[in-house]
Amino acid sequence: MAKVLLEMKNITKTFASVKALNDVNLEVEEGEIHALVGENGAGKSTLMNILSGVYPFGSYTGEVMYNGEVCHFVNITDSEKKGIVIIHQELALIPYMTIAENMFLGNERGRSFAIDWDETYDKADKYLRIVGLNESSRTLVKDISVGKQQLVEIAKALAKNARLLILDEPTASLNENDSKALLELLLQFKKEGMTSIIISHKLNEISYVSDKITIIRDGTTIETLNKLTDTITESRIIKGMVGRDMSDRFPVREQENIGEIALEIEHWNVFHSVYTERKVVDNVSLNVKKGEVVGIAGLMGAGRTELAMSVFGKSYGSNISGVVKINGQEVHLHSVNDAIKHKLAYVTEDRKGNGLILSNSIKRNTTLANLSGVSRRGIIDADKEYEVALKQKEKLNIKCRSVEQNAGDLSGGNQQKTLLAKWMFAAPDILILDEPTRGIDVGAKFEIYCIINQLVSSGKSVIMISSELTEVIGMCNRIYIMDEGRMVGEVAREEATQENIMAHILKTSNKGV
Amino acid sequence: MNKTKVMSFIKVNTMIIALILVTGFFVWQTGGKILLPQNVSNLISQNAYVFILATGMLMCILTGGNIDLATGSVVCFVGAVGATLMEKNNVNWVIAVILMLIIGTAIGAWQGFWIAYVRVPPFITTLAGMLIFRGLSNVVLQGLTVSLTNTKFIKMFGGGANCYIPDVFGVKGFNLTCMMVGITACVIYLIVEIRGRIKKAKKGYEMTSLKNMIAKVIIIAAVILIFSYQLARFRGIPTALVIVAIVVLVYGYITSKTILGRHFYAVGGNEKAAKLSGINTGRIYFLAYTNMGFLAALAGMMTIARMTSAQPTYGQNYELDAIGACFIGGASAYGGTGKVSGVIIGALLMGVINLGMSIMGVDANYQKVVKGLVLLAAVIFDVISKKKNA
Repeated sequence: MAKVLLEMKNITKTFASVKALNDVNLEVEEGEIHALVGENGAGKSTLMNILSGVYPFGSYTGEVMYNGEVCHFVNITDSEKKGIVIIHQELALIPYMTIAENMFLGNERGRSFAIDWDETYDKADKYLRIVGLNESSRTLVKDISVGKQQLVEIAKALAKNARLLILDEPTASLNENDSKALLELLLQFKKEGMTSIIISHKLNEISYVSDKITIIRDGTTIETLNKLTDTITESRIIKGMVGRDMSDRFPVREQENIGEIALEIEHWNVFHSVYTERKVVDNVSLNVKKGEVVGIAGLMGAGRTELAMSVFGKSYGSNISGVVKINGQEVHLHSVNDAIKHKLAYVTEDRKGNGLILSNSIKRNTTLANLSGVSRRGIIDADKEYEVALKQKEKLNIKCRSVEQNAGDLSGGNQQKTLLAKWMFAAPDILILDEPTRGIDVGAKFEIYCIINQLVSSGKSVIMISSELTEVIGMCNRIYIMDEGRMVGEVAREEATQENIMAHILKTSNKGV
Repeated sequence: MNKTKVMSFIKVNTMIIALILVTGFFVWQTGGKILLPQNVSNLISQNAYVFILATGMLMCILTGGNIDLATGSVVCFVGAVGATLMEKNNVNWVIAVILMLIIGTAIGAWQGFWIAYVRVPPFITTLAGMLIFRGLSNVVLQGLTVSLTNTKFIKMFGGGANCYIPDVFGVKGFNLTCMMVGITACVIYLIVEIRGRIKKAKKGYEMTSLKNMIAKVIIIAAVILIFSYQLARFRGIPTALVIVAIVVLVYGYITSKTILGRHFYAVGGNEKAAKLSGINTGRIYFLAYTNMGFLAALAGMMTIARMTSAQPTYGQNYELDAIGACFIGGASAYGGTGKVSGVIIGALLMGVINLGMSIMGVDANYQKVVKGLVLLAAVIFDVISKKKNA
């Protein structure tokens, strides 16, 4: 047996009372490719951030043993010195710098006050050849494709003398050929003695390259599968990823009154707002009826948020085409205001970044999307506004000292409720809830499910975008499944299981290899 | 009051406390001279432009810490055009006033267009404006001074020897009209406060404690009365004060009571959230800078009236006074927070420091040093108190 290079023992990490990792163990042998799999939010990235020192020693409990010694990394520099290099899912390259400048950023050649550019470019070219990238190191990063940028990241890691390479979703934004080339490269490195940890959702790729697979679910390690001793099948991995019980986590809807179609989207196409040649939503059609909760399942980056925001008054994307019908009538929603007027609401997944004004009070946040509802001829009726805020606060059970408290002081769950309060005050008929329970505790989740149930029982329609399969299955009448911008399936509640939804997603990712 | 209450009281009213302390310091240092009627009157007249410009600047800063560097140049340019029209082309002063306001607003709209719809950074757009309109002022005035002789215009906008609201009572040595206005203002303020409280009590809303409210009302009423008493002992209400009062009241109302005002705070607080709430963010930026141009025109008229002339050097550093007043008055450098009342206190604080040091005979260069330090201290305080909050 090969020597154990890395051992993470009993790692526990909490964020403001939420346990992200609970007693996690990971053992990686030298020269192997070790895969880490789990649902979104299972704790994979948190674990890797602990390993690389993003979360410093002391902010977690447990032990990190690397190369036979106990490590106390305080920042990324510490871990990189030891040869642990992490490549994040979002590439960290600076577009207006050359490949070589990026590659040696923070690791400059020459002396502090006299960078040796000749050596920089020469070395960079050498590493580029190793990763098989046929570009000059003087090319600007913005001028090369995403696949090539991923290779630059790897070359950058090599330049840091990496012994343990961590790749977080390396193929998420790559096409077939680039993905395949990348995997081959990893296998090549393995032959040369490099150890890698790969985080990925693409099970086919994982079963192709990895020697061992560790499954993480809800912040705990479930099991580690070994290619040599276990028979690894995709269904086996999926079961490990999602297998948890679902009883009593979702409130029952007393009576269901599903009516006519409220919103219908046909042949919807959206291109990326910055990289306008990239299609992010590809010919998607869906509908939601009155009194119905419809889910959109999929992995992060499947195009669900882009779909929702582009429908909501073109607040995302470029070159949008397709038809939106509300109550059977075709409508053209050119601005958020149009969308609100047509009784549509979009509750963002990013409550801090796109949803709330944290420096303003709960009251001001509550009325923001419908200020005309508390004013006359442009002048706000302060008393009415206060009453509205108070009423919404009580209705949604927002826990706060007063409605004058700043939204930034609230816990995640209460912020989410404030965001819902805001949109419910806008009195929409159709609500698109994007990850409505992300990062909030179980109790607050249950309350939000109850609110959703109240909404649909009063005849409103809800579209729920969620990456948590249990939640989608527990709450929705119908579930659409999206992957890579396309609609890849639709299942009714009766036939929905985590396994078959996951299978829909993973089937389409079966490419290359 | 327990300790935390005292702390929060100090935190909420920091700048008022600072203003009282600073005033106290100068009363002591100048042997009370700073509170002489003439000095109180001068405090208003000399700083009228700061109040006006700071109010406009606040609207820009609210949208996200954006400032308008061109303000001083626009003040000068509008004044230069106005003086030339009235003195060289014999244009009627009312028409000249209207033209000046239109020119100022148009300049604001010009800058606002680039900022709001082309997304040129405000700092750069207004830096360009600063150069452009300073240069154009020189061109219009051909590098010379134009003297103003139109007494009606001068009196209206707070310049010359007799720029006070006339006294209707004719008591010798005491402007009774001024005192009456002061008393009326107090009474109106009292009625508004009491009515608001009764309404709140009726509906069962939360209120500040009665003790706090009485203390606040007494302090504010006392300040108004002392102020009007001192002004009455001099020559009465300066016309500049009337203009400042109107601007402050109107903008105070817009920012606190209207949908439009709320949109300014929303854009500065979180632009993306504002956009997703259906707010036309481009329009808010455009309005902020257009309005700044309008108020710069108003300040330009007041400047040439006070100086009874127009010169290519007028208005220099006015934008910095306005920006300083905003930040001292508690506006956030990142936008989204700040009040007109705070800005007024910030402007007053700067004014008192200026006046006090001038009376003491402090060298003008050291005055700048002190002003700089005060500004830095105020912002440091703001940043630190926010950090502790988080």
